[in-house]
Amino acid sequence: MNAPIDRAAALAGIGQPRLRKEDARFVQGKGRYVDDIKLPGMVHMDIVRSPLAHARIKRIDKSAALAVPGVIAVLTAEDLKPLKLHWMPTLAGDVQAVLADGKVHFQMQEVAVVIAEDRYSAADGVEAVAVEYEELPVLVDALKALEPDAPVLREDLAGKTEGAHGRRLHPNHIFTWEAGDQAAADAAFEAAPVRVEEALFYPRVHPCPLETCGCVAAFDPVRGELTTYMTSQAPHVVRTVVSMLSGLPESKVRIVSPDIGGGFGNKVGVYPGYVCAIVASIVLGRPVKWIEDRIENLSSTAFARDYHMKGELAATADGRITGLRVHVVADHGAFDAMASPSKYPAGLFHVCSGAYDIPAAYARVDGVYTNKAPGGVAYRCSFRVTEAVYLIERLIDVLAQKLNIDKAEIRMRNFIRKEQFPYRSAFGLEYDSGDYAAALRKVLDAVVYPALRAEQAAKRADPASPSLMGIGLTTFTEVVGAGPTTSCDILGVGMFDSCEIRVHPTGSAIARMGTISQGQGHQTTYAQIVATELGIPSEEVQVEEGDTSTAPYGLGTYGSRSTPVGGAAVAMAARKIHAKAKKIAAHLLEVSEADLEWELDRFKVRGDPGRSKTMKDIAWAAYHEPPPGLEPGLEAVHYYDPPNFTFPFGAYLCVVDITKATGEVQVRRFYALDDCGTRINPMIIEGQIHGGLTEGFAVAMGQKLDFDAQGNILGNTLLDYFLPTAVETPRWETDYTVTPSPHHPLGAKGVAESPHVGSIPCFSSAVADAFAHLGVTHLEMPHTAYRVWQTCRELKLAA
Amino acid sequence: MIPPAFDYHAPTSVGEAIGLLARLGGDARVLAGGHSLLPMMKLRFAQPGHLVDLNRISALRGIREEGGVIRIGAMTTEHELIAFRLLQEKLPLLPEAARQIGDPQVRNRGTLGGDLAHGDPANDHPAIAIALDATFVLEGPKGPRTVKAEDFFLGLYLTALAEDEILTEIRAAPFAPGTGWAYDKLKRKTGDWATAAAAVVLRLEAGKVAYARIALTNVAATALRAVDAEQALLGRPLDEAAIRDAMARARAICDPAEDLRGDAAYKTAMAGEMLRRALGHAAERCR
Repeated sequence: MNAPIDRAAALAGIGQPRLRKEDARFVQGKGRYVDDIKLPGMVHMDIVRSPLAHARIKRIDKSAALAVPGVIAVLTAEDLKPLKLHWMPTLAGDVQAVLADGKVHFQMQEVAVVIAEDRYSAADGVEAVAVEYEELPVLVDALKALEPDAPVLREDLAGKTEGAHGRRLHPNHIFTWEAGDQAAADAAFEAAPVRVEEALFYPRVHPCPLETCGCVAAFDPVRGELTTYMTSQAPHVVRTVVSMLSGLPESKVRIVSPDIGGGFGNKVGVYPGYVCAIVASIVLGRPVKWIEDRIENLSSTAFARDYHMKGELAATADGRITGLRVHVVADHGAFDAMASPSKYPAGLFHVCSGAYDIPAAYARVDGVYTNKAPGGVAYRCSFRVTEAVYLIERLIDVLAQKLNIDKAEIRMRNFIRKEQFPYRSAFGLEYDSGDYAAALRKVLDAVVYPALRAEQAAKRADPASPSLMGIGLTTFTEVVGAGPTTSCDILGVGMFDSCEIRVHPTGSAIARMGTISQGQGHQTTYAQIVATELGIPSEEVQVEEGDTSTAPYGLGTYGSRSTPVGGAAVAMAARKIHAKAKKIAAHLLEVSEADLEWELDRFKVRGDPGRSKTMKDIAWAAYHEPPPGLEPGLEAVHYYDPPNFTFPFGAYLCVVDITKATGEVQVRRFYALDDCGTRINPMIIEGQIHGGLTEGFAVAMGQKLDFDAQGNILGNTLLDYFLPTAVETPRWETDYTVTPSPHHPLGAKGVAESPHVGSIPCFSSAVADAFAHLGVTHLEMPHTAYRVWQTCRELKLAA
Repeated sequence: MIPPAFDYHAPTSVGEAIGLLARLGGDARVLAGGHSLLPMMKLRFAQPGHLVDLNRISALRGIREEGGVIRIGAMTTEHELIAFRLLQEKLPLLPEAARQIGDPQVRNRGTLGGDLAHGDPANDHPAIAIALDATFVLEGPKGPRTVKAEDFFLGLYLTALAEDEILTEIRAAPFAPGTGWAYDKLKRKTGDWATAAAAVVLRLEAGKVAYARIALTNVAATALRAVDAEQALLGRPLDEAAIRDAMARARAICDPAEDLRGDAAYKTAMAGEMLRRALGHAAERCR
């Protein structure tokens, strides 16, 4: 028998920096993405899109397109009407035009689709479709949406004063959502000696996964079965939706998410292209492929953010926060297609009291329609958590500045203390665990914070200095792992997740999951959980996800829910197997279960170390000689309904140097400490943090989807839209503490989104800090050289 | 991002290519590295009926020194400009500029001639060629002719190339000993065009500017030679006053178009700042 330490290494279970199982195929170009799928008889679909942001469709002439060689069909809303598929329900309780029904509501909206024998003919067909438009006044500015004379967008909702989330106050109004206690917050403000407020605009950005969206819909008219390969972060929910829309029994609908090249929230929803490809396949009886190009992806599929926030803090003179008030105007675009648990139209924005013990708080979010693409997804974050964290982290900096208290110190004064957990926030969230002060102290020590402040002071004192120095700080908590089915559902389906584990006769295993990896490394980490729970080497544990006909039903991967929910399901399913294995071991060793103890990969007889049965022995016995009265086999399924969210947290510090003459911002240093509870694979965690920080850097420094007054989308190609390469990306320094979640079976919390959520306000904090001695409290993102230079010029720092 | 149909031609000699252009007329476009033309075709902004691909004409590739002149084939790639030792030693401004173009994949396909002949003021080589006082060889049905770089760029996407001509060679004199050089480019990210950029070739004698040639990228309808800025430096030490003078004169000729990189004021100011940087870098190399 090998020593336990060697056996533990062989298992490569929880805590081991195991190499990613996925990488061998990805780095060799052997992944199988949706565009790699080619089926016999497959035809191609392309989409006619609106050049205008708001216009009535006077006429659509298909004749020239139908005359293009290779074109098979052209579908418009009129063709979908008999099937009642010209509109579809959204995840947010609204409806969305599948193909424009008499009117277009945003530039690049889907107007018609062309099906052709090959991709080239489809594109030629698109060019040949003639659409006559009558222009309508365009609404771009969300803050003007509720003005009495604003152009009315959604004529289909005329007279509808009740939406999915209560009363609508205006034809362009979607919902009002409130959290906290308004009276208590108002009272706190009235009593407060110090108040600050700041208007913060979180621009519209796009997750921009490297792989765009697409599908191959294949209806088999003989069997009456529909298989659709799709870039979906939530294949099971899509199956349910497709079944509801198509009338096909859910048992005859199969959705397969193959390898996915990044999702970041962009691949949660159901897009018109999917619906059209499915309809076309059913009508034609042939597989139909639709793959977006980059411009289509950036212009029409789900964006993120676009929150116009106004925040206020009330405080004592020594910087103790006593109240928080927030009002948000949320730009949801032309249709409310935000992806969020159904009961939360502003997601989990009510985590906006952050890591601070704020006794009174009130938040109100009003969603409005504008002539822009629909969406509002969680771009590498839990639902609207990025916006919430940005708000509170910017506000506490502003308060520190007003009171002339260091921004590290003011955070220390306001943290929820370790002994207060579980902590119920003024918004009603129950934070599971945290030690925020320890995290911040560790970061401040690591960077020698006083030395940085001294260097900054010297630079500020020198007017000849060609550069400015800024120090940013964020101490944030996330709320991830949606979520308890009592409060969280998507279209009525509770947000549990699932795992089915089968241990084979010779002791290896397969785990099938309701989640779906888009790069997170699930095949690697889930196997490590099985390894630790069952004593089967992770190398011998296969993980399968994404095929609805083999995987158990799950809600998918987004909002950092895979580890908090899916990972818990793995542990719980494994523990069911473990319990059965113990019975078998007791039978084989002819002792009672109470006499057995577990060690890594085997049950040992207590007090008789020579007698043991490994999981391999037990697996064989389960199929070969199961104990009398016990059914053969060794497998289990678990649907895990989390009792609460998990609350990973972190403390980040950023140092920037800004060239006054050009506005260039150089990130000199970025130190990120994350606490995600129990760490399953430290190497994957570090990789996820690097990725999240890089996407945070992208958002803060360059990503913005802008629109001109006519509603033309600007910067919707990678020429303009900022995807940093290794050249632009700063060097990241990472660190961690471990504060396990008390309610998660493994103590794990989820990690991949924290770095995105936490870093963005940290960059803004640093850039604003560079100008803080000149009275600047806040600067809007993105902090491009051009915009920063404008600030320098206004402050007479640049010519 | 799918182009309409077109015919593809792959001549193997310059004569064959010119013959094709003469025969096909205005419906034909020359294909070099394709990094400008192909995206425009995929967006259907450009819809040529014929592409004449120069990639198989080996005579258009390569770098050599002949009669005291460096001669670079128009189809020489950006990567080759960086890798060729001859250029590093004798015309180092070219590899310095090529390193700042696109990314390695782009530089493996993109060519010097394509960058120049496209007539896009956002491209980097026009300003470099002007700063090098390069000469272009254009070949058409009537044989070759030469045009100075300064006279080649006529307007936005407009050059001295006739419809049936091909840019075949770029010629420039090697740097004299003691020449300093620099290309400073402000860009938003890898692969982006310049917000503004400045190319400088400089010689100092006894602490004073003896030779200065300055060209600017992407701040007007063509690359600009900043003659006034050059004049402001000649005979003066390269001190703060002289540099400011040159910057002001360079800014004075800028007429950039606003885009997402910035407005005219920003781009103009950045042209000045890039000139400041390039002068500083060039001066450091004057030895």
